[in-house]
Amino acid sequence: MGDLGMSFREPHDLHKRRFGLNLGLGLVLGFLVAVVFGLTVAKVSVGGFQTGPAAPQTQSGGGN
Amino acid sequence: MSDVSINQIDAMPGDAGFGDYFALLKPRVMSLVVFTALVGMAAAPVAVHPMIGFAAILFIAVGAGASGALNMWWDADIDRLMRRTARRPVPAGKVSADEALAIGLTLSVMSVVMLWLAAGVVPAALLAFTIFFYAVVYSMWLKRSTPQNIVIGGAAGAFPPMIGWAVATGGISVESILMFALIFAWTPPHFWALALFMNADYENAGVPMLTVTHGRRVTRRHILAYTVVLVPVALALLLTSIAGPTYLVVSVVMNALFLYGAITIWRRDEAAAEADRYKAEKSFFKLSLAYLFLHFGAILVDVGLRAWGIWA
Repeated sequence: MGDLGMSFREPHDLHKRRFGLNLGLGLVLGFLVAVVFGLTVAKVSVGGFQTGPAAPQTQSGGGN
Repeated sequence: MSDVSINQIDAMPGDAGFGDYFALLKPRVMSLVVFTALVGMAAAPVAVHPMIGFAAILFIAVGAGASGALNMWWDADIDRLMRRTARRPVPAGKVSADEALAIGLTLSVMSVVMLWLAAGVVPAALLAFTIFFYAVVYSMWLKRSTPQNIVIGGAAGAFPPMIGWAVATGGISVESILMFALIFAWTPPHFWALALFMNADYENAGVPMLTVTHGRRVTRRHILAYTVVLVPVALALLLTSIAGPTYLVVSVVMNALFLYGAITIWRRDEAAAEADRYKAEKSFFKLSLAYLFLHFGAILVDVGLRAWGIWA
């Protein structure tokens, strides 16, 4: 391709920092989704979704 | 867009990296919160599903981080004046105060709601109160108005094991109150030892620490007095079911050392302290960190001994 007036030089420090921030935030949000999913599975597996106190592992059933 | 316009973009004030936002949450304080909350949860007589326990500890840590961000938002003006805190993200100009406020509020609400969903209303209410106590009662009110700031404000740091206990049991009991009391009584000697050798910081910022308002002599007396109060509080945990042989040994040894350190500090005058650059005060401060870590570590070891049937 010819010269379109765009030359991609080495990323500016600003872009590197923003990429790091975006990547970090993405990983945190992904982790949060995984935690919420795991929590839901755990809540359902101990017997009915309840908001606590945290159900003992051996106990089944319950609710508020 | 030409390459000229791309390269004209420059780092703006407040354009922080991920690490700067993480630092806003006071990770070192968070690690202490995670540890004590974990011990509180593990010591409780009710087993918690590992995933629920993990999520609960995570949201307690996020709540602690949120209160740290709110503290940095409110205290940016005085943090700028203190050597110890000048590099924090807000005074350093990396994160704006408004961002710190927004992050603090968002994470506060998120952590409390998620802890409520994960573990129930009691731990969530305790976490909400802890955030309120640290951000509003301590940071906004007590810190700049009374030399008793860290005595009362210390309660904020004392709640995590109580929250951990509530995650498992859904309530409050004498064991969790004593774990709270241990951190509560430990906080004044810990921070006043720091204030003895960092007094210039507090003086510059106009924070009415006891060393600033009443001088170092009175502070030394107070360190000894609060250590004398701390010893029976720490030993009182031996009367409960959560403390075992490890706690007995650790507590007796650490309290003897801590009391000895407090007496040493009380007997020293300023000339002696200046001469060795506050050596005794600095070692007492380090000892105080080991004191708390080993007490809670001992509870955790005793939980393990019980689980393996080594100690009933």
